[in-house]
Amino acid sequence: METEKQNDTEKGAESVAGASEEQPDRADKPKRPPMTMTQKILAARASLDHVKPGQFIEANLDVVLANDITGPVAIREFEKMGKKRVFDRTKIVLVPDHFTPNKDIKAAEQAKELRDFAKEQKIVHYFEVGAMGIEHALLPEKGLTVAGDVIIGADSHTCTYGALGAFATGVGSTDMAAGMATGKAWFKVPAAIRFELTGQLGKWVSGKDVILHIIGMIGVDGALYKSMEFMGPGLENLPMDDRFTMANMAIEAGAKNGIFAVDERTRAYMRSHRSKTMEKQAHTYAADADAEYEETFVVDLAEIKPTVSFPHLPDNTKTIDQVGDVAIDQAVIGSCTNGRLDDMVIAAKILKGRRVADGVRCIIIPGTQQVYLDCVKLGYAETFIKAGAVFSTPTCGPCLGGHMGILAAGERAVSTTNRNFVGRMGHVDSEVCLASPAVAAASAVAGKLADPEAVFKSKKRPIRIGKDISKKNKGDRNGKSV
Amino acid sequence: MGKAYKYGENVNTDVIIPARYLNIADPEELAAHAMEDIDKGFAKTVRQGDIIVAGKNFGSGSSREHAPLVLKTIGVKAVVAPTFARIFYRNAFNIGLPILESQEASEKIDAGDEISVDFKSGRIRNKTKKESYQAEPFPEFMTALIENGGLVNYVKRSGGRTDGKTKEQEL
Repeated sequence: METEKQNDTEKGAESVAGASEEQPDRADKPKRPPMTMTQKILAARASLDHVKPGQFIEANLDVVLANDITGPVAIREFEKMGKKRVFDRTKIVLVPDHFTPNKDIKAAEQAKELRDFAKEQKIVHYFEVGAMGIEHALLPEKGLTVAGDVIIGADSHTCTYGALGAFATGVGSTDMAAGMATGKAWFKVPAAIRFELTGQLGKWVSGKDVILHIIGMIGVDGALYKSMEFMGPGLENLPMDDRFTMANMAIEAGAKNGIFAVDERTRAYMRSHRSKTMEKQAHTYAADADAEYEETFVVDLAEIKPTVSFPHLPDNTKTIDQVGDVAIDQAVIGSCTNGRLDDMVIAAKILKGRRVADGVRCIIIPGTQQVYLDCVKLGYAETFIKAGAVFSTPTCGPCLGGHMGILAAGERAVSTTNRNFVGRMGHVDSEVCLASPAVAAASAVAGKLADPEAVFKSKKRPIRIGKDISKKNKGDRNGKSV
Repeated sequence: MGKAYKYGENVNTDVIIPARYLNIADPEELAAHAMEDIDKGFAKTVRQGDIIVAGKNFGSGSSREHAPLVLKTIGVKAVVAPTFARIFYRNAFNIGLPILESQEASEKIDAGDEISVDFKSGRIRNKTKKESYQAEPFPEFMTALIENGGLVNYVKRSGGRTDGKTKEQEL
């Protein structure tokens, strides 16, 4: 989509991106201590000259987000706080995406609670089913998150917006309620780890493989309480959708936030995704050259191989050449981690003219209505359906074992989602292997964990269902497809 | 004084309260499923005042506040671990479930040990083993949050602040 909309005129873009570059300090000003990107954003939004790790601050919030699971709890806490109105009805974003379209009566009650609150408070950015997408795919697409923002969301994957150079972090419902009431939140300023990216990703390798590799390297608590800051020459060739995927999974290394240095790709993305309904002003902050990082890792993108996280932790990683024979029952392609257009492009490339292995369910869930529509327009929807996959409306659904693809005891899924904890996608005795869209699609075809290149090179198999409806149907009058 | 329940590292919010129950609004009903994916007996045997002792990174994963809430609702008096996942840490303070960071206590306490905890000093006493351990003291900020009875009361009392300072303190 990024490329599709890049023709937008530069006029007007200024109000979103590039207008507020960080100004160098005047020569006569005493030098303040060096700061990381995250620390600079927090200092600015707390109206402080500088902050240091461990310091408790209160920052102004640009976006306060909740979904149909955490929202109702936050609403009840908000009501206890004795406030009649939210601090700013344009800055609250409510997205019923987890158990929607309502999976059962209780889920329907929760979604209704969110809807009623949105109506009562005249919340501008409430996204009803039909407009709704998976929150962390939706907000950047709608231009509701920009560089320099401070964003809290009652969802742990709120850290996704760090891809745009924002400070974004997951919180609980009570923090969300306080954010709605006051427009502020308290933070302990985090220390940071730097990831210096070099080189360029190889064929079939994406941001998902990079972040799984990194989590495998530092562990599920490797960045606990800290920022993960991504920068370096490797960014030049790293598309935005890969960055969203990487920032999204910072929480799986325990991080408070993940954040990317802002570059021309970021600015282009913000120019082509502008909000008309929320006033936004991007601010870009670069880390000081002498900023303090507890550790620095140099990651050569060219050396990353397709990577799979085995049960039951995201840091239990193996590269695809090490996985051996691992049969799968289900492949899920979607989620806030991998439900963007680039993910659909890769899945379609592999599934085109091939078919999902017998006995395997392949479930493809675009992240937003826009991604869904793009898939229809670009012919991917047809590719998926002809391959024998399910192509669904946006929902978090199976990722957290909600609906739309729950696993039975003893079953195993390969999934582009973000967690493979015990019982995450269904029965406590089921398993989830995390992987990229390329690996998930290839595995769906092979019926076992598979190298995308091997599957792509393999002979195409005849399609499973579907007829060309433009031709006269001479055959089966019962309409049975072959 | 309560009995210790012992668990390993990286106890995540999906096992503390599985997502399949997150359509339940009533905390009591929800709490009946606490920890069931790693310990089916927990919700049936846990008594008011018992504590959970676990390995590092307790509460990792989802931001669901339902996780500390079910533990508090079912009677867990405190959780002791070397480290906590940060969203769980925030949530626990915000809703008033005491949590203590201690490597030593996490290693030395066994399941079933009789434990008492003094939150003010961070002292953890093991009656069964006749030992005591010192937890990391809470930051001053967190102590104020606990003393005020959690974030909801804070916001109410401090006239719209979230950092625990009253208007006077700021001046």
